[in-house]
Amino acid sequence: MEARSPADWMYRFLLFPLGQMLAFIAGSAFILTLLAYGIALLFPEPRPNIVLADQIGRQLPGMVISGITTGFVYAMIALGYTMVYGVLKFINFAHSELFMVGSVVGFEVFLVFSAQAMLLTWHPVLLVAIAVLSAGLVSGLLAVTMERVAYRPLRGAPRLVPLISAIGVSFFMVDFVRALMAITRNDFNLTYPLNGVDWARAPIPLLIGTTTVNLRPTQIIIIVGAVLMLLFLNYFVNGTKLGRGIRAVSQDMTTAGLMGINVNRIIALTFFVGGAFGGAAGALFGMNVGTVTPFVGFFPGLKAFIAAVLGGIGSVTGALLGGLTLGMIESFLNGVLVYFPVFGQRYTDIFAFAVLILILIFRPSGILGEKVDEKV
Amino acid sequence: MTAIPSSLSPLAALRRLYRQPLIAGGVLLAYVALALLLLLNLDRRDVWFPQYTMLVFPLIVFAPFLVLESPLPTLAKGLSLALLLGVAVPLIGIYDSTYLELMIQISIFSALALGLNIVVGFAGLLDLGYIAFFAVGAYIWAVFTSVADTIFRTGFEFAPLTIGGNTLIAGFNVAPMAVAGTGLITVGSITLPLHAFYLFIFFGVLLAAVAGILLGLPVLRLRGDYLAIVTLGFGEIIRVLFNNLGEPGNITNGAQGLHGVMQPGSAFLIDPVNGIAGVMGVTLRTPAPVASQMLFYFLAIGIVGLIILLAQRLDNSPIGRAWTAIREDEVAAIAMGVPLVRMKLLAFATGAACAGAVGVLYAAKQTFVSPESFSLLQSINILAMVIVGGMGGIKGALLGASIVTLLNLHVLTNFALQINALRNIDYVIPAGSLFLTLALVTALVLYIIWRSTRSIYDAGQQLRSRLTGSVITLVLAGLLATRIVDFHIADWPSQLTPDKYQRFVFGILLVLMMLFRPEGLLPSARRKLELHREETVHEAEDIPDLDQRKTDDDFAAGR
Amino acid sequence: MKLRRVTLLAVMAALVLVLGASLTTAQDAKVIKIASQSPLSGPQSVLGTAIRNAAELAIEQMSGPLTEMGFTVEFVPFDDQATPDVGVANAQNMVNDPAILAVIGHLNSGVAIPSSEVYDANNLVMVSPANTNVNITDRFLPTVNRICGRDDAQGSAGAAFAASQGVTSVYVLHDNTAYGQGVAEFFQAEAERLGLTVLGFEGTSETANFDGIIQPILALSPEMIYFGGIYSQTAIFIQQARAAGYAGGFLGPDGFDSSEFAAIAGDAGVGTFYTTVAAPVTYFPDAAQFAADYEAKFGEAPQPFAAQSYDATGLVIKAIEIAAARSGGEVPSRALVASLVRATRDYQGITGTYSFDAVGDPVAAQYYILEVGSADPAAWNSNPLLQQVETASPLSAAAAGMAGS
Repeated sequence: MEARSPADWMYRFLLFPLGQMLAFIAGSAFILTLLAYGIALLFPEPRPNIVLADQIGRQLPGMVISGITTGFVYAMIALGYTMVYGVLKFINFAHSELFMVGSVVGFEVFLVFSAQAMLLTWHPVLLVAIAVLSAGLVSGLLAVTMERVAYRPLRGAPRLVPLISAIGVSFFMVDFVRALMAITRNDFNLTYPLNGVDWARAPIPLLIGTTTVNLRPTQIIIIVGAVLMLLFLNYFVNGTKLGRGIRAVSQDMTTAGLMGINVNRIIALTFFVGGAFGGAAGALFGMNVGTVTPFVGFFPGLKAFIAAVLGGIGSVTGALLGGLTLGMIESFLNGVLVYFPVFGQRYTDIFAFAVLILILIFRPSGILGEKVDEKV
Repeated sequence: MTAIPSSLSPLAALRRLYRQPLIAGGVLLAYVALALLLLLNLDRRDVWFPQYTMLVFPLIVFAPFLVLESPLPTLAKGLSLALLLGVAVPLIGIYDSTYLELMIQISIFSALALGLNIVVGFAGLLDLGYIAFFAVGAYIWAVFTSVADTIFRTGFEFAPLTIGGNTLIAGFNVAPMAVAGTGLITVGSITLPLHAFYLFIFFGVLLAAVAGILLGLPVLRLRGDYLAIVTLGFGEIIRVLFNNLGEPGNITNGAQGLHGVMQPGSAFLIDPVNGIAGVMGVTLRTPAPVASQMLFYFLAIGIVGLIILLAQRLDNSPIGRAWTAIREDEVAAIAMGVPLVRMKLLAFATGAACAGAVGVLYAAKQTFVSPESFSLLQSINILAMVIVGGMGGIKGALLGASIVTLLNLHVLTNFALQINALRNIDYVIPAGSLFLTLALVTALVLYIIWRSTRSIYDAGQQLRSRLTGSVITLVLAGLLATRIVDFHIADWPSQLTPDKYQRFVFGILLVLMMLFRPEGLLPSARRKLELHREETVHEAEDIPDLDQRKTDDDFAAGR
Repeated sequence: MKLRRVTLLAVMAALVLVLGASLTTAQDAKVIKIASQSPLSGPQSVLGTAIRNAAELAIEQMSGPLTEMGFTVEFVPFDDQATPDVGVANAQNMVNDPAILAVIGHLNSGVAIPSSEVYDANNLVMVSPANTNVNITDRFLPTVNRICGRDDAQGSAGAAFAASQGVTSVYVLHDNTAYGQGVAEFFQAEAERLGLTVLGFEGTSETANFDGIIQPILALSPEMIYFGGIYSQTAIFIQQARAAGYAGGFLGPDGFDSSEFAAIAGDAGVGTFYTTVAAPVTYFPDAAQFAADYEAKFGEAPQPFAAQSYDATGLVIKAIEIAAARSGGEVPSRALVASLVRATRDYQGITGTYSFDAVGDPVAAQYYILEVGSADPAAWNSNPLLQQVETASPLSAAAAGMAGS
């Protein structure tokens, strides 16, 4: 099974996942573009003096890039939901708070950078790496603690019981971080000290066709960071012994235990990896948005949860696909709905939810979810 | 759970004594009398008032549950309940309308918890968008009677909807429906008296049930977590829809909400309320709002009573057993011939109908409805009620609703107010009490560590976990203990005033609850069996004849 | 099982009894309490806490005359959790405490409207520092007042300003809340009346990633964007819109008025216009003192609505003083306090001079139009003042039943 050639390794852990990501991005962008132009054919001029096809053409590159950035953040959070669900069949409702903690840790790290005047002297890649890794580490450890204290004693209880426990943890964490920040920072809006720092804030003009799209450097950081980490995760899950342990436990916990796998340790590890990805996503998100609060986790968490279900909860590839698809759908809806005054952007969430419901009706286990055999 | 032989324990002796109806009745009577006496003697001017009311009012709220759990004969139970809810509570409410408001809200949330319990507890369908049905009920009444400028008030001209030269919908006119502010509701060409409110409760039930079926249809194939996420999406869709339907045709007045919603007439209650107040020696400066509250209180407990009857009948019927079968094992249920589609839809519709009924009541009580009342957090709150009380049980849902509502609206609020009052008088907590508190908290944490490591079967690992946990706790406690001095409450940092951290406490309580009593406070027998299989064996005699129920071959009869 | 519960409750009851017996220390009767109600937990707690803190500060600083008259003035903060149910339950709690004579409160109109019905039924006066929804006062309740502007007045002032700057096309955004949507709707109506082209009117609950929303705006390229919302959302939007290459102007309501705006938006925020009822501190030196005191006491800069809350509390204390004097040094009745609050004329606050009209709106609301001058949050108070608009309260219009859809 192991002992493969380097070329094979390259294919399995580099080319294939990269190709998968590209395919997902290109696929969803293509389908949505077709849909958008289809709508433009039906309603050429939804509002006076507006030619829909022209508008879409002008917005297309921007919408796709926005969709990718959002999508990768969703995908990274969705991974945490999906991995934990894979092994425990349990929705970690408090996962969104791990994302929040990550974004707060990122803020603290950048504050240190700023105070030590490292922001402008050190290499940006190093700074971002330190911030993202520390956010991931803290969130990961927190996830392990959470599992140890609030979930492990409940293993084997009906699934609603740990869910409620997770809701409790979520409430607790939000207010805990809020209190902590109130004491230490005397503030609630935690603004990353990146304003005026060129490598993070100076827009990068990008000429696509005839339109110029201004990219924010942090968008590139998100995309690159997410791709690297997803590649690592793919390697970790599919190419290492620990990863095999995770897969084994998620297939059959009891048998895996009998085969000599330390199930508790593997579950803790899963929480660590999922939490770390959520935390890292939080730091990347914080850098991009600039300001975070202790309440920042709720909406991205909810969206990522939807993304995980959309892709097929329990499947790592599914989380990636679901995240990217949802990001794209949102971006396109925002871009097109604006021209239909009856709806407008306030219906974006409704349409996004409607898409989710439709997909689940026709594919109840998500796009990539495996059909689980019914217990009889 | 205990290993002590029952005949030797003094606790068991007391317990045996309590099994005697007469003694139990006496104890209960003394309990209620004491609680009432305490409550009616509280003085708002007292610095410690928040603490007293925080501790005493729950005694009254829990009294009905004690009655229900007591060995009294059924008739006596019913009579006691009627006296408690029909006489004692109104008396307290006239004395201080805060308590009446709390009882109304407890009743409203009880109805919601009971409804959700039918969906989640009976049929096992996890619904995270339950609040949407509540919203449907609230909006049906509010839309027709609000003074806001909705199309029902102003009339509306639908311009033909043309997009890109294609006419999608032809234009038409909606005649203005003048809503009289004087006790008349005009719906289309029909004019109804304000008593139509009671009719609207049925409309609310119907509409919510229809919404429940509409939600149920697409999700029939889904189960577990997929169902949860779709219902969550449905709840959000309904909320955002109500938020968005303010334009282009103003149906719900959008985010501004519908204000000036009418209330059913309660003038007939003013005289009785005043009379009772006179007897009690209380002067009501403003009897009208108390009378209206009284009406809502009786309506609310009436609705709750009906829902309890309904839930009880359903639970003991073939339908209820079909739900149980679906909950326990869907595949087996299909194999046994349970009509899955019909049963699931029925569960959604029944649960939704309960919410619809109290939704109408809620709109009238608040006189204001806006989308922000129907957020996901509210759905989660109701779910927490069901689970805290004990899923699948009717008493459990009621107790859960009472506890969570009390905690949220009464206990935590008054706790914060108490701290504030102490700040105002610059109260000093002596070091001794702080030390005692620290010792208690340490003991609690140690206990939690002990309990939470029970599930580790590897003895060595269990010992290690317990030792590490205990050492860390003790060291921390020791460090804290060295810092203890007399504490001026006014020195407490203003960023940490407890009035800001109610959810923090609620979160901790939820986790502790799940760790120590995951089956809920008043679990249904079956649920208890599921969670404590090895422990409950000793108490087997307490469990009703489950096996017999299982073997009853009445699925066939139910079809 | 059953018995254990009974014993537990019995022990609890006994405990209560013992405590109750030992501590019947009723305070002296001359206590006056002023309550506040605003969200102190949950995502909106920044603003809610500002209202609470400023009220506490005001009571601390201004209750001197009442203390001299022999009263103890206490502050009672309530957390409405931005939820109507909680707000109403708290309101019931308040009205039953005879010592509470006034409420400073509510951030959310959705909570203020049902709660104020309870206050009004019990003659308890409420002065709102933050509810701009027209329906707060348009219900003509004698006890409900506000010292902040109304959505209709503020939205119109913004539109008039945009027109005066020679802007011809605007794009209107709002945050889907009662506040943001309300003010944006009135802005849109007035802008259209003044002949401006409204290129879009969109609501969004998005708080972090505005890329998708910015794309169509770029394609439409309006000269100015009006965003009805609170700075924590709008400053992020402005930063992202600038980075995406939007070159036009930004305009917003008093939700922008916080030094945090400058901190979040950075350089992108410079040049943003906002309308506010709170005068710039350069005009009212008291406001600078307030900001300093607030920061000293609570360790953070005052947020939007803090200054208004301070003034609302000050105004209420003044009314209670007069009421107490009229009641011969006894605790005045709520009805008297309510009528005196409504009768307030020319109260000198730190954000302006206030008189109430017959429905409880400030008679003449001053709107200041300011421009963000610097990315430095510390320089927020020296933002240049561009225009000063005085709008009479739309009492007559309100009486005719306005707020057209």
